[in-house]
Amino acid sequence: MNNGFFNMPSDLQHSYLGLIGLHLQEALLPVAIGLLLSLPIAQLCVRFKWLYPPVLWATTVLYAIPSLAFFVVLIDYTGQTKTTVVIPLSLYSLVVLVPAIVDGVRSVSPETHAAAVAMGIGPVRRYLQVELPIAVPAIFAGLRVATVSSISLVSVGALIGNQGALGNLLQDAMTFHRPIYAVSSVVTTAVLAILADTALVLVRVALTPWLPKSGRRALRGRDRANGDAGADRGAGKGPATGEPLDGGTTDVRPTAGSTL
Amino acid sequence: MIGALISIEAVSKRYPDGTVAVDGLSLEVPDRSITVLVGPSGCGKTTTLRMINRMIELTGGRILIDGEDIQHKPVNALRRSMGYVIQNAGLFQHRTIADNIGTVPRMLGWSKAKARERSMELMERVGLDTSMAKRYPYQLSGGQQQRVGVARALAADPPVLLMDEPFSAVDPVVRRGLQEELLRIQEELGKTIVFVTHDIDEAIRVGDMIAVLRTGGRLAQYAPPDQLLSTPADAAVEDFLGADRGIRGLSFFGTDALTVDPGGIVASDATAQQVSSRATEGLGHLLVVGVDGRPLGWADAARLRESGAAAAGPKGGPAQLLPHGQAFRHGEDSLRVALDCAVLSPTGWAVAVDGEGRAVGVVSQEQIAAAIRAAHSQRGTAPVDVGAAR
Repeated sequence: MNNGFFNMPSDLQHSYLGLIGLHLQEALLPVAIGLLLSLPIAQLCVRFKWLYPPVLWATTVLYAIPSLAFFVVLIDYTGQTKTTVVIPLSLYSLVVLVPAIVDGVRSVSPETHAAAVAMGIGPVRRYLQVELPIAVPAIFAGLRVATVSSISLVSVGALIGNQGALGNLLQDAMTFHRPIYAVSSVVTTAVLAILADTALVLVRVALTPWLPKSGRRALRGRDRANGDAGADRGAGKGPATGEPLDGGTTDVRPTAGSTL
Repeated sequence: MIGALISIEAVSKRYPDGTVAVDGLSLEVPDRSITVLVGPSGCGKTTTLRMINRMIELTGGRILIDGEDIQHKPVNALRRSMGYVIQNAGLFQHRTIADNIGTVPRMLGWSKAKARERSMELMERVGLDTSMAKRYPYQLSGGQQQRVGVARALAADPPVLLMDEPFSAVDPVVRRGLQEELLRIQEELGKTIVFVTHDIDEAIRVGDMIAVLRTGGRLAQYAPPDQLLSTPADAAVEDFLGADRGIRGLSFFGTDALTVDPGGIVASDATAQQVSSRATEGLGHLLVVGVDGRPLGWADAARLRESGAAAAGPKGGPAQLLPHGQAFRHGEDSLRVALDCAVLSPTGWAVAVDGEGRAVGVVSQEQIAAAIRAAHSQRGTAPVDVGAAR
């Protein structure tokens, strides 16, 4: 892999690093949007328990829509742009993030919740200062899956023209009969996913000095508090990834490929 | 601020589905005392407690604190004026111990430094090393966490403390320690404490007043612990109190009035002649004490008269010493402890010691029994009266 792995074909109009930047942008923006959407949705689901099953159903159905179908519909409105890629990816991330946040907030023990109420901590302050910080490990477990999944899914943007970032290399590999482009695309995407995942773990560790170092004791507590919250969400449709230690009971959802 | 008077007046809690958790409950919680709500599960004790800080809103009657209706106060201000201690402590796992304790002071607008200083002070008060201030809850044992829970409740110096089965989740030895700590803190601070438990022994140990509730949220009896034990209101309360309530009730009788006989004690260097001058009726054994006055053991009285106590010293002589067993502190321990010592003693006589552990006398089971009868008749709580009433 002399020149080819790092030297990009000119039709992509990007250097190798430029392509990486574009890829990260298209992958991380949907996760950020997904997180911003999930926080209020999850809070509503915690507040109004009846809302949770239909919301789960809706996010799962959205996830079941192939991205190609999304593109076909969206292309009429948003054209062959980044937006057309970002919208479906944002919606896909909900399927992981909403349950993760709901589980996280629910993992606050009834005693801690009662103590907070009894201390005169109002609902808003309680959410921001007690529930959300305690939900951080579960939220990050969800973020990790969503991020890795999103990084791999961006490649499908190649289907609508030039919006697949590193995924466009796959197409070029076929067009120019240069397998090295495909190797470059796949390896780079995988490395990006691993690095992003590691970064999230580091941020999580920095945010949660209060977690037992082994992670086990807190987990057991959380498992007990959660019961089998995962059961009502049905089975994920792809192979489970992520690290169960950090994931708590968060149902780890499918990642790459299943909606291609 | 110190304790406040809580009046619970005909309070009811009826849920929309018709379930009645508390039914017309009236209680006068005296200030600066520990009032225990006790009863089987489903008796509405926790509901009652939570109605005091309006975590549960009452549906009938009213609750007054120092004459003021709690419904007229802003709810969060009301709650911050009451400390709350819960089972398993319910600490904020993401905050350090010092930050946990300082939660309410910070909300009340204290400066960071002042809240921190207060946290340190309270850690010492509840018996925690201040080096733990920067640790997180997971690094503490269950008992230590519960101490933090108590400290956190005391942080803003509220006049009222609500304790919801605070010590139920820790093992019996730790629980005992926490109970003693609570009594010590209460002696220093004089809060008005409402304490919920399902454990009648705990209720008797910590309570100044005990309200026994029955299923359906009705008051079965409201009395001080000694009165509860000696005269339960009905068969249900008696059943709830469990076995041995007569013996347990003796915990509330002191040994000040108990006469102990110093004649049963001989020094370990006493001669046969000195021993002979001691004659305690009905006492086949004499208590040998060391030069420091501490009991060494029982020796056969007849042998001692022949050969003197020196021969029966701890190194063993013709008269072997019998172990003296537990001794009770005269005037400090209860009649229950004295009786227990006598029952466990190989001679049937209990050894009384002073604060420094020096023997001051001996007393027989019969003499203790007489003291129990006298104490009962003095209080007018003779157990026979209960039987007659039923």
